[in-house]
Amino acid sequence: MSTRDFAALPLALIIGGCVGAGATAGTPEGPNLGREATPAQIAGWDISVGPDGVGLPPGKGTAAAGAVVYEQKCQACHGARGAGQPNDRLVGGLGTLASKTPVKTIGSYWPYATTVFDYVRRAMPYIQPQSLTDDEVYALTAYLLNLNGIIGDGDEMNAQTLPKVKMPNQANFIVVYPPRAK
Amino acid sequence: MNESKRRFIKRSAGLLTSGLVVGGARRVAAGEPPEIPPSMKVPGAGMGEYGSPAKYESKVTRTFIRSQPGTTGSGASRAPLESLEGMITPSGLHFERHHSGVPDIDPAQHRLLIHGMVKRPLVFTLDALLRYPMISRIHFLECSGNSQLLYQPAPPNLTAGQTHGLVSCSEWTGVPLRVLLEEAGVDRSAPWILAEGADSAAMSRSIPMAKAMDDAILALFQNGERLRPENGYPVRLFLPGWEGNMSVKWLRRLKVVPAPIMTKDETSRYSDLQADGKSLMFTYPMEVKSVITRPSHGMTLSGPGLHQIAGIAWSGNGSIKKVEVSTDGGRSWVEAPLAAPVLPRALTRFRLPWRWDGAAAVLKSRAIDDAGAVQPEREKFIAEHGNNALFHFNGIQAWSVAASGEVKHVYA
Repeated sequence: MSTRDFAALPLALIIGGCVGAGATAGTPEGPNLGREATPAQIAGWDISVGPDGVGLPPGKGTAAAGAVVYEQKCQACHGARGAGQPNDRLVGGLGTLASKTPVKTIGSYWPYATTVFDYVRRAMPYIQPQSLTDDEVYALTAYLLNLNGIIGDGDEMNAQTLPKVKMPNQANFIVVYPPRAK
Repeated sequence: MNESKRRFIKRSAGLLTSGLVVGGARRVAAGEPPEIPPSMKVPGAGMGEYGSPAKYESKVTRTFIRSQPGTTGSGASRAPLESLEGMITPSGLHFERHHSGVPDIDPAQHRLLIHGMVKRPLVFTLDALLRYPMISRIHFLECSGNSQLLYQPAPPNLTAGQTHGLVSCSEWTGVPLRVLLEEAGVDRSAPWILAEGADSAAMSRSIPMAKAMDDAILALFQNGERLRPENGYPVRLFLPGWEGNMSVKWLRRLKVVPAPIMTKDETSRYSDLQADGKSLMFTYPMEVKSVITRPSHGMTLSGPGLHQIAGIAWSGNGSIKKVEVSTDGGRSWVEAPLAAPVLPRALTRFRLPWRWDGAAAVLKSRAIDDAGAVQPEREKFIAEHGNNALFHFNGIQAWSVAASGEVKHVYA
């Protein structure tokens, strides 16, 4: 129903002039008022990072450097070494997901390591998002992965290494879209 | 007499077991006949620029407002369903769910960027968007965490709005997303679009291209006026029938991509942990559901006799086909008349007269959609999904009515 409705946008009802006359691009259904975005505009806004690492910026960080940033900017909400309180716990919980009281953390639950970078860079610290340098975000990511026992103490996280990190719970996610035909 | 009215009377007759309603004792109040009411003796107040509800309705507010510790804006508020009627939720009572508060966005400064796998990346101003052909649709919006407390082993001591009020219904008006994607020369073979908000969570979700090209709306108006700030002013994505947070508010960016970005809010959040430790990911449509809003928890029936049972039903997969009501805890069911219009992916109001004999009763409603999906009993739902899924609860809600008339939340 919805598809038909949208397809029925009334081209035939446009009055005055020839539809699309003089248009070199775009759609006959709208006034084509989008302005071409420059590469610089896109680069400034495109902050998303996919699991294949596309979108990761230059930079690097280790757990040791991340510990320093964490204590200054994250610990007040997430507790010492990611133990949680007053807000979300970030560390531990492995093996609890099938229990009555699952503990969902980066280590026990999150399926992709790149999501840590993406989320910290876009939304953390809560009171000052988008204030961290890319090196700080890499370092925090390394620190949180290291606390969860997923990477080693000296492992450097950068655009090449981060997408290669395998998260322990990844295989336990079942993708249900698109739905299987009944 | 139209069909729904005929059905209504027929069904009502089945429920009415005795004769006419007998009038109760008369209350004597100021302004009752033969007294002339005070409002007729002095001129009334003047006109106003923007109206507000009657002062006597000041207790009808959003409810159960909860935020993450240390924040005021990362949380939710619920619509007071038990105080509302019809199918439309007033904009000021529409539920809220924010991941980092409500941003203050000047529409003159706001921009929407469409880029990625497109021929021409484009930037739109709000003035530009307002010139596009628009459509209006009445749809519910439901947070996938709605009714989450019913996963708990004990029934929450809470009202219908407090448990089920993360659903609301509005008329949404805006530009079909497909039109803007086509203007940008979208690569139709690209399967996903990352949608991102201009709030301080930069809320982001990956949206299937099929949905974007089907019925997705860039909503600019809600119930006839520009969006409220808490509902995404000046522009939001709206995906009919799908879990609320995918309808990204304060939309600033759409990136056409070859695969899901796997954002925090589509992996660690808004995935549904099952009892066996596996998690369901990308559970998009909100399943068929209903709740009786009156009578409901916290109310007291004023005495035996005729009462109206009223409630709402909805399905993210289509239209409500039928709502059945039970007053004996699910042993027997009666079909409740549906109030017109019955629209796809919209709240549908049902109302049924009930003659209460004064004995203890358990009220339930069960919705069935036009895809044939039946709202499950809570027990069956929990047996299938466990207690920890957090999202997409659509089990049947039960209210007990005591001989005293007191209505309470029960599992039954």
